[in-house]
Parts: sequence; C-alpha cells; structure tokens
Amino acid sequence: MALTTAEILNIAKLARLHVEESELADYQQDLSAILGFVEQMEQVNVDGVEPMAHPQDMAQSLREDVVTESDQRDRFQSIAPATANGLYLVPKVIE
Amino acid sequence: MNWEVVIGLEIHVQLNTQSKIFSSAATAYGADANTQACAVDIGLPGVLPVLNKAAVRKAVQFGVAVDAEIASQSVFARKNYFYPDSPKGYQISQFELPIVGKGELTIDLEEGSKTIGITRAHLEEDAGKSLHEDFVGMTGIDLNRAGTPLLEIVSEPEMSSAKEAVAYMRKIHSIVRYLQISDGNMQEGSFRCDANVSVRPAGEKTLGTRTEIKNLNSFRFIERAINHEVERQIDVIESGGRIVQETRLYDADDDSTRPMRSKEEANDYRYFPDPDLLPVVIEEALLAEVKAQMPELPHVRTLRYQDSYGLALEEAQQLTVSQESAAYFDAVVTVVPESAKLIANWVCGDIAAKLKQDELSIEQSPVNAEAMAQLMQRIADGTISGKTAKDVFQAMWASQTSADDIIQQQGLQQISDVGELEALVVQVVEDNPKQVEQYLSGKDKVFGFFVGKLMQMTKGKANPQQVTDLLKAKLVRD
Amino acid sequence: MHNLTLAQQLQALAAGEFSSVELTQHYINRIESHQDSLNVFVTFTPERALEQAQEADQRGTDKPLLNGVPLALKDIFCTQGVKTSCASKMLDNFIAPYDATVVAKLQQAGAVSLGKTNMDEFAMGSSSESSYYGDVKNPWDLSRVPGGSSGGSAAAVAARLASASMGTDTGGSIRQPAAFCGITGLKPTYGRVSRYGMIAYASSLDQAGPFGLSALDCAYLLQAIAGYDAKDSTSVDQPVEEYTTNINKDIRGLRIGLPEEFFQEGLDADIRAKIDLACDQLRELGCVIKPISLPNAKLAIAAYYVIAPAECSSNLSRFDGVRFGYRCEDPVDLADLYSRSRSEAFGAEVKRRIMVGTYALSAGYYDAYYLRAQKIRRLISEDYQKAFAEVDVVLSPTTPTTAFKTNEKADDPITMYLSDIYTIGVNLAGLPGISIPVGFSQKLPVGMQMVSTYFAEDTLLRIAHQFQQHTDWHLQTPAKFE
Repeated sequence: MALTTAEILNIAKLARLHVEESELADYQQDLSAILGFVEQMEQVNVDGVEPMAHPQDMAQSLREDVVTESDQRDRFQSIAPATANGLYLVPKVIE
Repeated sequence: MNWEVVIGLEIHVQLNTQSKIFSSAATAYGADANTQACAVDIGLPGVLPVLNKAAVRKAVQFGVAVDAEIASQSVFARKNYFYPDSPKGYQISQFELPIVGKGELTIDLEEGSKTIGITRAHLEEDAGKSLHEDFVGMTGIDLNRAGTPLLEIVSEPEMSSAKEAVAYMRKIHSIVRYLQISDGNMQEGSFRCDANVSVRPAGEKTLGTRTEIKNLNSFRFIERAINHEVERQIDVIESGGRIVQETRLYDADDDSTRPMRSKEEANDYRYFPDPDLLPVVIEEALLAEVKAQMPELPHVRTLRYQDSYGLALEEAQQLTVSQESAAYFDAVVTVVPESAKLIANWVCGDIAAKLKQDELSIEQSPVNAEAMAQLMQRIADGTISGKTAKDVFQAMWASQTSADDIIQQQGLQQISDVGELEALVVQVVEDNPKQVEQYLSGKDKVFGFFVGKLMQMTKGKANPQQVTDLLKAKLVRD
Repeated sequence: MHNLTLAQQLQALAAGEFSSVELTQHYINRIESHQDSLNVFVTFTPERALEQAQEADQRGTDKPLLNGVPLALKDIFCTQGVKTSCASKMLDNFIAPYDATVVAKLQQAGAVSLGKTNMDEFAMGSSSESSYYGDVKNPWDLSRVPGGSSGGSAAAVAARLASASMGTDTGGSIRQPAAFCGITGLKPTYGRVSRYGMIAYASSLDQAGPFGLSALDCAYLLQAIAGYDAKDSTSVDQPVEEYTTNINKDIRGLRIGLPEEFFQEGLDADIRAKIDLACDQLRELGCVIKPISLPNAKLAIAAYYVIAPAECSSNLSRFDGVRFGYRCEDPVDLADLYSRSRSEAFGAEVKRRIMVGTYALSAGYYDAYYLRAQKIRRLISEDYQKAFAEVDVVLSPTTPTTAFKTNEKADDPITMYLSDIYTIGVNLAGLPGISIPVGFSQKLPVGMQMVSTYFAEDTLLRIAHQFQQHTDWHLQTPAKFE
C-alpha cells in the first residue's frame, strides 16, 4: 500500500496538520509501511462477523435531565489563548 | 420547458430539555456568552459525554407521532470536522442507526392532502455560535448553545413547491409543539431548516443536481428562499449552465442565496461510532408508555373539530395549530357547547387579532378561557347582542374585568322583557301613523325605521330578534 | 522506608513507626537526587505533597484506605490546579481546571500525590521516548527504555521514588513498562475504572490501572479507584470486589492456559525459560496448566493500529488552539491557526497516528480498514471467550524481549509496535491483565502476563499474590536505587 503525495496532503488537510515539503517523503514512507503492515488483516475471512465497536456489551446508561453545572467561565477562560468579553477569539471566519 | 421542482427538508428541532444532551449545563436561551458552557461543552481534555434521558424520550415521542419505526438499538457516531463553534472537532450525531426510522406525515394543501415520507430523525448536539461583528479582524465564539439537544428530521425529497415545503414545516412545527418537545421558537433558532432543492424537466426520472440552503428560520424565508433558488437554478440551466452541488446561504436582506465560503471544501466527515457512548436501547416499556401518553395530535383534532362542531377545515386547523390554542377553544366550548361555531369565530378572529397586536401567545391572553366562556354564555342567553359583545370584549381585554361586571357596570343588558318591549312597540306604532300606513301599503323598507326607533328609545339594548318578532306581530298586513 | 511495599508502609503508618510527612519527605529527597538521571517526573509537586501528608497525619481514627502513602500519577490524569501535559508541547501550558475521577478517588482515599510522571506523548508509544520533556530511563539500566507509554510511573516505582503509581493502558502501556521495570502492573477490565478526566488516546481501549511493588499493593490501589462513575457512560455499574481480602484466597485448582501462539518465533529463549520456571512454581501452588489457542491473536497488532489511530485522530481534534493548549503565533486565518498550532505542538508519532487514523476513517477506506479491524476485534475477543470456557487465566510473557536500548527502535514505528504483541489483544477484548516480575535475563527484569475474564481482577491478583508469597522477584531493587 503506497500512498501518493497527493493522498498524504489530503489526509493532512483533513487532519488539519501542516506537512512541510521536506517531510513528505518521510510521511509517505512511514504511512505506507504502516498501512502495508495492517493489510495482514486481509488474511482472515470476516464475512458475517459483527463489528465490535466496544468491549462492553452494554446499553448506554442515561442521565436524568437535571442542571447541576454552574458558570465556570472565568476559570475555563483563564487557560484560553485568546478571549474578549467572555468569547473565545479566532481569526475572522467568513461564512 | 416545464420544470419540476424537488425539495427535501432537514429540520433541526431544539428539544426543550433543562440540561444539554451530553452535559448537565443549562440550555436556557440568552445567557451571557459561555456562562452555560461547562467542561464537557467546551471539550476540555478528558471529559466524557453522558446522554440525557429526556432527550431520548422526546425523540421517541416524535417518532411515535409520525408513525415511524423506533430503533430498538441506535448508535451515536462522531461527525468529524473542524470549525470553531464545534469545540471537540467533531459533532456527536447519529449516522447508520438513527433513533427514529421511516415515518410519514400528511400535509393539507388547497388542492387536497399529500403524504410526505420522513426518512429518519436522529439525535445530535447543536453547535455554538460564531459572532462576527464585535471584534476587528476576529470572530468571537460563544459555546452556550453547544450541546443543546437537536432532533434532525429528514424528509424524503417529495415536496414539489415552496408552498408544500412550508406546509410540511408548519405541520412538523405544530407536532413538536403539541408533543411539547420543543418550544419551536424560530427567532431563537429552536426550529430551523435546511432545504435541498433541485429542478428537472417535467417527466424526467433522475433527480437534478441539488443545492442545500442553510439555516432558514422563518416560514416566510423558507418560501422565498426556495422560490428564489428554483428560479436561479432554472435560469442557470436555461442559459446553458450547470448546477454546482453546494451549500448556499439565504440572505433575507436582499432576498437572494449565495454560496457559503466556509463549506466550500467537499467534506469527508469520517463518521464512526462514538467510543465514549454505548448503543442506546429503547425498552418496550418506554415505547408503550410514550404511546399511552400520546396527546391527540393536530390532524386528529382537526378532524374531530370538523366532525363534532361542523367547523371549516381552515378554522379547525388554525385552532389546532398549537395545543394551547386548541385547549383554549376546548375550555370555552365545554361551557357553551351549543356555540362552538361562534366560539371558533371568536378565537380565530377577534382573539387572534388582539393577540397578534399585543404580541402575546394565547396562554398570555388577558381574556382567559373562563372569562371568554362567560362572554359567550351572555350571547347565548340573550343578555347581550353579538354586536355589544364586541365592545364588552374590548373592555374585558383592556381592564381584565369579567363580562358580567362590564355588562352590569355599563348597563348593557338587552331588554328582553316581552311586556316592556310590547309597550314600546305600541308607542312607536301610535306615534308614527304615516310610516305605519306606508309599511302596510307594501313599503318593506319602512320596517327598519320602526326597529331604529325602538333601538333609539332603548339605547340599543332591545333584543333585536324580539323587537322584530313583536313588530311583525303588531303590523300585520291584511 | 522506600524498600517497604505500600501495604507494609500502611501498616507502619498505622503503627506510628513513621509519619506520612516523614515518608513523603523521604521520597521527595529521593526524587531530588534521582530525577535528573531518570527523568521520571514532568511536574514534581513537593509542597503540595507535604500539605497532603500533613493532612493525612492529622486524620483521626477512621483513616481512609490509602491514608498518607505517596503516589506518582501519570501526566494524563487531569489534576486541578496542576499542569497536566500528556507529555506534549500542546498541553505544556495546560493547568487542568478539574480533577479526574481517579485523582479525586485517590485523594478521598487519603493518598499523597508527589507529582505527574513522564510518558509517551499522549500515551502513544512503547518506550517513553516520545515525550516533549525528554525520554525516561530504565532504573535497571540507564541506557535502556523503561517501556511505555506509562514509563515514568513504572520507573518511579522501580526506583523507589513513590510507594506506588498510576498509569493507563491502551495496548499494554501498564503491563509492558511493569515488565521492563521489574514491578507489578495491573490493567483492569475496560469499564472497571472511570476514564473521566483521563486524557483520551483511544477511548474504547484506554483503561487506568496501578503500578506497585506487589500484587497486594495493586489491590489496594484498585480498591480505591474502581467503581461506576456517572460521569463515564462506559464505566460499569457493578459491585467492586474486596480485592485486598480476596487476594488471600487459595489458588489450588485454578486452570491456567498457555496460548501456543505466544510461545513461537520472536520470543526470547531466556524469557521463555523464566516463564517455564514460573509455571512450575504455579503448578507447585496447585494450579493446573494446559495449552490453549488464540488463533487470531497474530492479527491483534494490525487491528489495533487501525482502531487506536482512528479513535485518536478524532479524540485529538479538540486540540485546535482555540480554548486551551498551544496556539501558534500570529495565525493569518483560521486554517493557519489550526494547522500550525497542531503541527507545531504535536510530536512525530502523534502526527503519524492522527494521519493513519484519518486515512482509515476516510471515505472509500472505512470498510477496508476501520470496519475490518472491528470485525477482527470481535474474532480476537471471541478467541479469549472460548479460552475462558476452558481456563481461568491465560498466561504468557508480557513482552517478547526485555527492555531495549534507548533509540534502538525510535526510527522504526513498526518494530516498536511489535513489542506489544502479547498485550494488545487484551485491550481489544477489554479484559483485565496483570504483569508480574518472574526473574531476570542478563540483569534485566522479565515480566509475565496473566489475563482473566471480565471483572475477574481478583483472580489475577490472587494468583500473583500467592506467587509473590513464594518468590522475591518483585522485591528486587535496581542497584543504583537501593
């Protein structure tokens, strides 16, 4: 399984990671090797096998609809990179 | 060329839970920015979602109301995308196994009714809000709304005009209000809609390329936006162009749609089952309980009003649009059952007009159902005339005094005493021999003169029906 | 004091032989002398530890379970008011605003926290070399790795810098470093311990668990941290066993299975010999040992390296430079803010796994990678269930080799991944597993893994405890740290 540089760049874009030109070859080699390695999954027939998303065969437990959280904005925003008037700030978004 | 329009709607309904779908923070509207965004809502490292029981129940209620299959097991999935109002970098939604499966809904149109398929309805969390105006060069993010439970109701692409789309949306709106699973407040964004619109030459089987119009939050906008988009698509095709599959934003200010820049890239959402949440199992017992407690839904109630009270479809629909207005009507009718039609007239007419004028909902009406019932009773028992009732109603609205008190204070009781009225009739006949002669010789119009005289003498309080009867008995032509 | 087990220290504290402040100060002194050579702690909090020790000493008669014993916590558990970095530049400035459930429970149990231990960045690794704060050394041989990802917590206990410690295990991250460092490490059943406040790597695999010198020490910690947590939907609402008392129960007649697939090529001969000796010991103690088969076990690493990266690619999306953590300087626009903040602050292995996971979930590849891996996960889990119809415990080496040299595998991700061959299937199935020391090979500790069915931690602890009652491998101290 060899990934093309275009595929690497597309994955990086989806993952919001910046890949330098100089890193491309390494990524290509490493990711291709890993994907090649996991291809051994094809050795076994999985027809009719139910996928297992979770180790616990349980149902979701449900929470009562009660408000127990109080305002902690100041505490949470004391560790935020950029805030003003209680808002988190990011570079201008154009919709 | 004749064009056929194909519309499918995705309606986002905020469920009116106290707390969020996956956290215990409040959902109340209008709080200061980020004061209702707890650790889970802002996606702090290490936090985990815990599902709100009420959100699940409300989704099941909706499913039952539209005769849909309720999934005995449904799964939450992560929809992965980066956006500042989506704090975790993914939205918890449902993908392969939604809680509500196929259902259907009948809409009423001028030309008759039409059944629209509901593809599915799934639970998901709402995003926060981006505020673009306040900061130079920056966008502010408020995550209070993040995590508010949403029910996304997806229709089949089975509507063929903006009018049908609006009728469908109104119907869904009325159902969620009836079920009391959402406040349905469109201004606050509790009820909003994305429309998938495409056109194709009439008779063509395959669907045209569709565009998605985002975030339509009023019935008026959705109609205008769809009509506008249909025109645009037809123009593009007729001038030799092609429709690009894209997301467009409706701009109410200049009544146009434009492509959304932020959604330009074709998204690959990489859905997968959320490993923090286990499958949601709907027990038979819950389903049975929801079914047992299902209120009478608007279309059923509409039919009942038509059958039992002989109301017109439009009036019955207007009354049943919300459970509150239907309840109001029912409360008045219970007291004065013989006046159902009249009551419907009042609720849909005078009351609706006053409510609109004062921007009130029917639960806030200064004239409550009990007070209204008294007024209707006074018409029915002849204490006042329908005309006088209008004045009494205005006074009741303004002063929140009962109908009886106003009638009493202003002396508005009709004179229905036969002896008293008879004496007056005799007097009028005796005082106006010339007019009597004219009437008896065939001039019917003169009859009104006698009625007018009598009303003048009683300051309008004479029971008009009785006056007519007595006059006719007195002025018998040979 | 530091050569006593935690259980012995609790007795000594109760008997007034020394105070918690004395014990804590003793460890503080040891940490101050050894931190530079081992690089065990990311954040060392001596003042806080002494305050907690004082409080412990002042507690009256009804003392909580772990009153006054000093612990070290992997820097993956959110600790209110303390930096919680996950050994990443991304969280170098992250002062956690809340406590993980595990942290809160340990505090309620009266434990003292010495600080936060070094690890592989975001728990992704098997050597504790990928930390933003530099690699951790193995106390038995400073030129070797302590294993990972919970290498700092394992090394801290091995070097006697804490009474016991807490780690997390996603593919072997407790058991493998326990083996490399010659101590006891327990990975509980998935759902036995709350994950709330534990920074997620792969949510369906992550589980917190203890390191101690002995199985009994691990039982004490598990007793304190186990249980249902309403804040974690995947934690299980099931009564917690009495681990510290059940541990004394007889183990005669327990059936132990040796999976033939784990005793084949790739396994170091000397390690095999040590496991054989340990099995002899267990036979003497009355256990029945028989061969079993886990036919799909060989596919565990492949399935894991799809599932774990897939989950991590999504779990780590919240690190976007907006609400907490690292933010790049002067982003020109939103895309730049995201991609530069993430690229500048995540290390190479983290980025690799995010990329692999993103690919495995992307349109057109989901079925071939993610869905297939989930199906293989089912097959692996069923293998274990079949085994548990025949035996109580599945026994194997913890690792195919002893601790390897620093940098030996750093440039070759796949070779590194292969060192988790015996441990990874346990996470895929969600089972509990324990690693205990069973001897030395060329002066390096050898670990033995035992796995039981769901929620049978007490069986694992019992066998390990009985074994440790008759052996002293677990009490060996690295020469430099005696």
